[in-house]
Amino acid sequence: MSDTLVYDSAARLFADLATPAAINAAEGGAWPQALWDAAAAAGFPDALGGEGGGALEGLGDAVAVLRAAGRFAVPLPLPETMLARWLARRAGLAPPEGPLALAIDRPEERLQLRRAGAGWHLQGVARALPWGRNARGLVVSTDTAVAVIAPLGAAVEPDLNMAGEPRDDIALDLPLEGRSVAGAPMGADAGVVYRLGALFRAAQMAGALEEALRLAVSYANDRVQFGRPIGKFQAIQQQLALAAEQVAAAGVAVSAAVEGAAAGDLAFTAAAAKLRVGEAAGKVADIVHQVHGAIGFTHEHRLHHLTRRLWSWRDEFGVESAWALEIGRLAASQGADGIWPFLARR
Amino acid sequence: MSATFRFDPITLTPECEALRREVRAFLAEARANGFWRPAGDFATAHSPEFSREVGKRGWIGMTWPKRYGGRERSSLERYVVTEEMLIAGAPVAAHWIADRQSGPLLLRFGTEEQRQEFLPKIAAGQCFFCIGMSEPDSGSDLASIRTRAEKTAEGWRLNGRKVWTSHSHRSHFAITLCRTSPAGDDRHKGLSQLLVDVRAPGVTIRPIKNLAGDLDFTEVTLDDVLVPESRLVGTEGEGWKQVTSELAFERSGPERFVSTFRLLVEFARRIGANPEPRAAEALGRMTAHLWTLRRMSLSVAGMLQAGEMPNLEAAVVKDLGTTFEREIPELVRLLAPRGRRPGGNDRFEEVLAEAVLHAPSFTLRGGTREILRGIIARGLGLR
Repeated sequence: MSDTLVYDSAARLFADLATPAAINAAEGGAWPQALWDAAAAAGFPDALGGEGGGALEGLGDAVAVLRAAGRFAVPLPLPETMLARWLARRAGLAPPEGPLALAIDRPEERLQLRRAGAGWHLQGVARALPWGRNARGLVVSTDTAVAVIAPLGAAVEPDLNMAGEPRDDIALDLPLEGRSVAGAPMGADAGVVYRLGALFRAAQMAGALEEALRLAVSYANDRVQFGRPIGKFQAIQQQLALAAEQVAAAGVAVSAAVEGAAAGDLAFTAAAAKLRVGEAAGKVADIVHQVHGAIGFTHEHRLHHLTRRLWSWRDEFGVESAWALEIGRLAASQGADGIWPFLARR
Repeated sequence: MSATFRFDPITLTPECEALRREVRAFLAEARANGFWRPAGDFATAHSPEFSREVGKRGWIGMTWPKRYGGRERSSLERYVVTEEMLIAGAPVAAHWIADRQSGPLLLRFGTEEQRQEFLPKIAAGQCFFCIGMSEPDSGSDLASIRTRAEKTAEGWRLNGRKVWTSHSHRSHFAITLCRTSPAGDDRHKGLSQLLVDVRAPGVTIRPIKNLAGDLDFTEVTLDDVLVPESRLVGTEGEGWKQVTSELAFERSGPERFVSTFRLLVEFARRIGANPEPRAAEALGRMTAHLWTLRRMSLSVAGMLQAGEMPNLEAAVVKDLGTTFEREIPELVRLLAPRGRRPGGNDRFEEVLAEAVLHAPSFTLRGGTREILRGIIARGLGLR
């Protein structure tokens, strides 16, 4: 299937099942089992990896599904489960069924996976795991190894992000059998997994941005003040044009990162995409709220399903400044006259 | 996937990359031969000698049919040549307008005679064009122009005044938009485009100095200028349609986001290979923006190559791109290492001053940001 067909079929599924009421229920603490079952039946958790042997086979499909999921504010750990299942399979480990949590060993995490007798010992606190409380298993990614833990018996310290999505801490101090751990596959160390996570969040944001813009344009055409729809006022038109530009840039950044990753340039393109989309998220959320006025500030209106996610997601998998620093160091290391050749290749 | 805009992904072919190497080699040699100074101004430098060299290599009008002196290469190949020239700061101004706009206009709307007469000379880098659109009382409201041409037995008799015409004193012809019949209910009807020889009797050119001290701008006064009937471009009265039909060519190219790229380069030189975090962040952020803008711009080039006319997407690229160009000087002036002192024969300061002084024009030329946002709002269904 082409990316567009995948997107359209995912969007149809989510439009039916991820209704505002379903999202509110999920934010109230209910696990949306029916929605998960439908997503699983559609094969979404295995979108990345696909049938083929390519390392990033199916990346375009996965991103298309996540764009649609972002558009409908789907309250499921889809990116995490996609990555966890892909990583486990690539490491030769069997991924557990159901929603999965993914812990990536970043410098700030300090997850320790060390040899202990014939097996291994995992220690540390995995922080802000999406839907950790509902996960049927945990996949751990470090620079050297992959571990699969299921069922996840550890204690969960529940928390939520701004969008009411579970982001739970899990304290880990447990022995693992040798068959639950494997070496990190080529091209799938913690840094790569983290970047794929950044690209996946960017894809969700691109979808949410498109929908937020759509809502604002439609509201501007409907809402009448001073005797005409507010969308007839230049002040509103100019603001929505700015929002549209940001949405367009975000969409292109995500598509270009998918192409870049396929061409072996995930490191730069995922970083640049997360940065660019994160910046768009703040600007667009600002404008769409201003256009909606007070009704957009109510819980009753569904705009916040999108904007609270945009505000949360832009801080996850690397805030803009963190990626800017990384890209800036990379660019500086090219030398001043090397920056253009560096860009022209991408 | 978005309902509003379409930016199809594009990949540059190996032919494009081979061409890029050729262009870089040519530019390195031309620079060594003293064609321009690396820290000079922003692709506004005018050099007929340089343009002839570019023409010899087949890089002007390179997408046009061979029978008109073109090379029948793709829009994407042209894109590569253009971006490499701009990034290098090469003096492209002499052939720029004819290559980007006037040639394509003649190809699309011109008579066979006009094509035969002008295109081969343009492609050879020997015939330069400028554009007469704005007038003292007509800027963004272009349809309100008052320059008039009357049909007489000897040809068109042209009267009026054009302003902000770049390089008219160094050009051969001006594609001049004028009214050929009075504005009726539809102001957009009754406008026509004439090919005006800038050396014809009755044409007076006065330079207009800009705030940076440059003399690129001119005012062109047209006083009973006689234009032969054969110099009407396209259809009488359809000038508006002709002007607006190809705005995507004018609004989506690299010239809309690389005008201050050399300042970014000098900033990178100043902060060195191991910059402090704030400077590195700024460089990284601008690099990510530039990457995104280039992918958007390339996407429009790809759609143009496919025969589409993505005017809306081009407006998006231009507004985002020119906003970005203006942001670079504002960012780097705060982050370049302390102890900065304007002037002082310092290359960074020189390029920064250049950027600051030229920045106001970026968001005016080729359609103001307000006009572009109006076009985008219409595309969104708001007007």
